Amino acid sequence: MTDTRNDAIIRLFHVHKRYGAKAALQDLTLDIEKNELLFVTGRSGAGKTTLLRLLYLGEEVSEGQILVDGMNLSRIPRGRIPRLRRKFGIIFQDYKLIPTKTVYDNVALVLDAAGRKPSVIPKKVKSVLRIVGMEDRMNAYPPSLSGGEQQRVAVARAAVGDPKIILADEPTGSLDEEAAGLIMSYLDTFHTRGATVIVATHDKELLRRANTRVVQLRDGRLWPSDPI
Amino acid sequence: MKRFYLRAIKDIRDNRFLTAITVITIALSIMIAAAFALFFINAGDVLTLWQKGIRMMVYLDPEVSETGRIETKSRLQAIAGVQEAHYISREDALERLRGQMQHHAALLDNLRDNPLPEAFEVTLQAGARDSDTLQFLAERISGLETVAEVEYGQQWIGRFTSIIKLFSLAGYAIGGLFFMATVFIVANTIRLVLYARREEIEIMRLVGATDRFIKIPFYLQGMIQGGLGSFLGLTALFLGYFYLTRHFGAGGAGEMFQMRFFPAATCAGIVLGGMVVGWLGSWVSLKQFLK
Repeated sequence: MTDTRNDAIIRLFHVHKRYGAKAALQDLTLDIEKNELLFVTGRSGAGKTTLLRLLYLGEEVSEGQILVDGMNLSRIPRGRIPRLRRKFGIIFQDYKLIPTKTVYDNVALVLDAAGRKPSVIPKKVKSVLRIVGMEDRMNAYPPSLSGGEQQRVAVARAAVGDPKIILADEPTGSLDEEAAGLIMSYLDTFHTRGATVIVATHDKELLRRANTRVVQLRDGRLWPSDPI
Repeated sequence: MKRFYLRAIKDIRDNRFLTAITVITIALSIMIAAAFALFFINAGDVLTLWQKGIRMMVYLDPEVSETGRIETKSRLQAIAGVQEAHYISREDALERLRGQMQHHAALLDNLRDNPLPEAFEVTLQAGARDSDTLQFLAERISGLETVAEVEYGQQWIGRFTSIIKLFSLAGYAIGGLFFMATVFIVANTIRLVLYARREEIEIMRLVGATDRFIKIPFYLQGMIQGGLGSFLGLTALFLGYFYLTRHFGAGGAGEMFQMRFFPAATCAGIVLGGMVVGWLGSWVSLKQFLK
């Protein structure tokens, strides 16, 4: 099965990813439009996380091509990988917050790494922390936060650089329904502001509420979406 | 650059224990290497001082006439490397001996004849005081028909020169070893820091940080640690030097020879060298870690 669209910001052509003899993704062809909110679903091990990792060059494809905002990932030199990654805001399944840095520093890191002027960083960071309701905890350290709060910080970090694409890997996986709803509302907010948002999830409740395209992976292949 | 510097300072504060170990290790390495260099410099000073006092005693044949003596003096002074040839008569030589023997000088009163020969005390120009030139000059002067014997403490000068050469070689070897050891230590300490912060570095890369953004604070940390370690090492060495010169400098050897410490420019050079070593250590470990 292939899924191609016009005005795509991400294009995958016959992508394969293998770990030794095991195929994680097989012959995946998929277009993702600009400012689309896309859900990628499938069981554990279906290849959702692998797909996201391929997009920001967390890993390289075994075969096939991926274009991200006009950049061919197979031909991108090592020195330009940071530029590619700045197109993304990534929400990791395990949050990946730096425990020795405050909430503020964790979020500011993205802007600092992107070489933004130090004078604009505080305003930008506070603004995004306000959106996710974490402005009053900006001096706290991640280990002192609840799972939901850490996820909100992760969302803020993903959004603070105004990325073109936000990747969220199981963003509600370990959260209760209320916290999950909040996270999705933040993602909706950033989508409304113009970002392309790709959410990898197997949360059926989330998919049921989603009024948007859902692609399903099964054993590393694209499958027609099951009716939720 | 300011933010890289601030990040480096913050990282040092956050990793106080590892930083302290690195700084102390660099300080010890620099102190030992610098102590050796200081010893070498002062030993060189002793040799120079001693060389300045080097004189060659040229004893004349007992049968030499006054004309022959005058001619010998002019021939000695014509030899390249000779500064002056001062005549010492047999009577003067005996008086000198009396002076040197002090309380035992009365023994000389029993002598029927003065057994001492006429001699020339030859002082040498600065460039002619090394062991090889001395030997060459001595052979040349011995060749004069009016000269019976030439004496200049050849064995001691030869040994001392050999020792200084050995010091010099050992200095380079030990200096090289300490340089490599310090680079190795700094590299490993930075590697420990990198290992402890590997997740943070990975996250930085995932959010779009360039290698340069990650590396520069570590380079600065290495340089700060190297500079601080060298400064502390030199300070400890200076305190040791101060104690030695204060307690053992007066009287005895202290009156003949004044020990000296490194000049300010050399101290600055050592601190700068420490910073380079720190940077090199960071560079080596980052090169491997960020492959």
